[in-house]
Amino acid sequence: MAIIASVALLITEHQSHRLDALRATLSVIVDPLKYLVDLPTVLIEQTADSVSSYSTLKKENTQLREEQFIDKTRLLKFDSLEKENIRLRALLENSFKLGEQLLIAELLSINTAPYENIVVVNKGTRFGVHPQQPVLDANGVVGQVFRALPFSSEIMLITDPNHAIPVQVNRNGLLTIAVGSGQLNRLNLPFLPNNADIRPGDLLITSGLGGTFPSGYPVAIVDDFTPITNKPFVNITATPKAMLDRNRELLIVWSDSSPVSLSSPPTSHEKTPETTPPNGQATENGLIREAPKGKRARTARDDKSTGAPAGTGRNDQSAGSGLTRKAPAGARPGTDLDE
Amino acid sequence: MNSYSGFGRIMLTVVMAMCLRIAPWPGFLSGINPDWVLLVLIYWTIAVPERIGIFHAWTVGLLTDVLTGRVFGQYALAYTLIIYFCLILHKRLRQFPLPQQGLFIFFCLLFSQILLFWLKNIQHPAQLHTSFWLPVFTGTLCWPLIYTALRRVRLSRRTK
Repeated sequence: MAIIASVALLITEHQSHRLDALRATLSVIVDPLKYLVDLPTVLIEQTADSVSSYSTLKKENTQLREEQFIDKTRLLKFDSLEKENIRLRALLENSFKLGEQLLIAELLSINTAPYENIVVVNKGTRFGVHPQQPVLDANGVVGQVFRALPFSSEIMLITDPNHAIPVQVNRNGLLTIAVGSGQLNRLNLPFLPNNADIRPGDLLITSGLGGTFPSGYPVAIVDDFTPITNKPFVNITATPKAMLDRNRELLIVWSDSSPVSLSSPPTSHEKTPETTPPNGQATENGLIREAPKGKRARTARDDKSTGAPAGTGRNDQSAGSGLTRKAPAGARPGTDLDE
Repeated sequence: MNSYSGFGRIMLTVVMAMCLRIAPWPGFLSGINPDWVLLVLIYWTIAVPERIGIFHAWTVGLLTDVLTGRVFGQYALAYTLIIYFCLILHKRLRQFPLPQQGLFIFFCLLFSQILLFWLKNIQHPAQLHTSFWLPVFTGTLCWPLIYTALRRVRLSRRTK
C-alpha cells in the first residue's frame, strides 16, 4: 500500500507541480526543525554581537559611515545617469524596464543535501517569495529561488551543476552561458569558441536573457586560462563575485519586467497613493534613494507606492524585514490601465 | 496512557534524528553524515515492532522528503521497504549479536542509498561520486551508538 502510494507520489511530482500544496502543508510541520537547528548559530552570533567592545563598534561605525558616504555620492551620479537613460529611451520611443524590489532573507545554517549547492533561507511564500526569483548579495548574483515553502525557501546557487545563467562580458557585450561546476568558487563557460574575445579578469554580468535574472548584475570574474589551439571550444572558468560560502544575508529580488509607458501623464497617478496607504508607508521606511524633484521624478515616486508585487508590501512592513525599493519602480500593468 | 507516552518518546527521538540529519556539520563531516532518521526507525522497529509500522515509516519518510527538499516519495519509498524487511526479520534480528546486526544495517543503508540514487537518476542523469557511499559506512559505525542510546531511552521508560 505504502509502496504504491510513494511510487504514485514520485510519478505525480515528477510530472507536474500539483503536489506543491501538500508540500507546503507538510513543511509547516518540519520547518520549525530547520529553525531549531539554526538556533545555535543565531545564538552564537547574537552573543558575539552583544559582547563586541566599544572601540570595535566605533571603528565599524566610522567605516560604515565612510562607505555610506561613498555609496551615496555614487548614487547621485547613478541617478542622473538613469534619468538620462529614461530621457534617451523616450527619444527613441522605447519603453523603459525598471522596477526592482528587494527583500532581505537570512540563511538558515542547515545542510539538506551534501552534494548539491542548495541553501535554505528564512523567508517563504508568506513574504511573497515565489520560485525562479533571482537572489543576490552585496557583491553579485547568488542564485535563484528553487522552491518556496510557507516559512522557508530553497535557493539553488549559481554554482550548482544543474544551474546555468545567461551572462554577458561587461567589456564588450559578448553573450554566453555560465554553468555551475559544483564547487562553490567556480563557474564554467563551456560554450565559447576558441577565438572569442574574452580575457582573464573580465567581469561577467547578467544579460537578462531568459527572463529570470534582471540584466546588469555582476556574476563572476573570468579566471586565468590558456587557449588551446587545436580544440573548437575553450574551457574557461570564472570565480563568482558573490561570497557564496560566507554570506548569511541574501537579497531576494522582485524584478517587475512589465514596461512602463513613458507617455503616461503624471496626473493619473495622483489617485493611487490614497488607495494604498500601507504601501506608501512602507516605501517611506524602506526608500533607499529619494528621487530628485521635477515632473518625471514625481511620476517615479508615485509609481513606487503602487509598484509593490501583490501581497508583499503589507506583510514585509509589519515584519520589519527591511523591504527596500531599489530603483524608481515601474508601475504594474494594472495601474497603467487605470488611466 | 503508558503506550501514548512511549510513542511520544519514539517521536522525540525521530525528531532529534531529523535535526541531526540537517545539522550544519563542519567540513568533510557533512559529506559523511549518516541517515540518522533511518537508523532510529530501524531500531524502534526491531525493539517495539507492535508500535512502529509501515505507515509510520512512510509518514516519517514523507516528512524527511519535505525536510531535505527531495522529490516527494523518495525517502518514503526507501524507508517503507526497509522497515518492511525489519518487521519481517525483527525476531531474528533481536537474537543477533551487535556485529551481525551491524552487517544487516549495512545492507539496509546500502539498499536505501542505491534506491535513492536510482530514483535520482530516473529524474535526471546524476553522476556518481565515490563519497556518495560514505554515509553507508558511517551509518553502520554509528549503529552501536544508536543502539545503546535508544536502548537506554527505551529501558528508562519501562522502569517508570
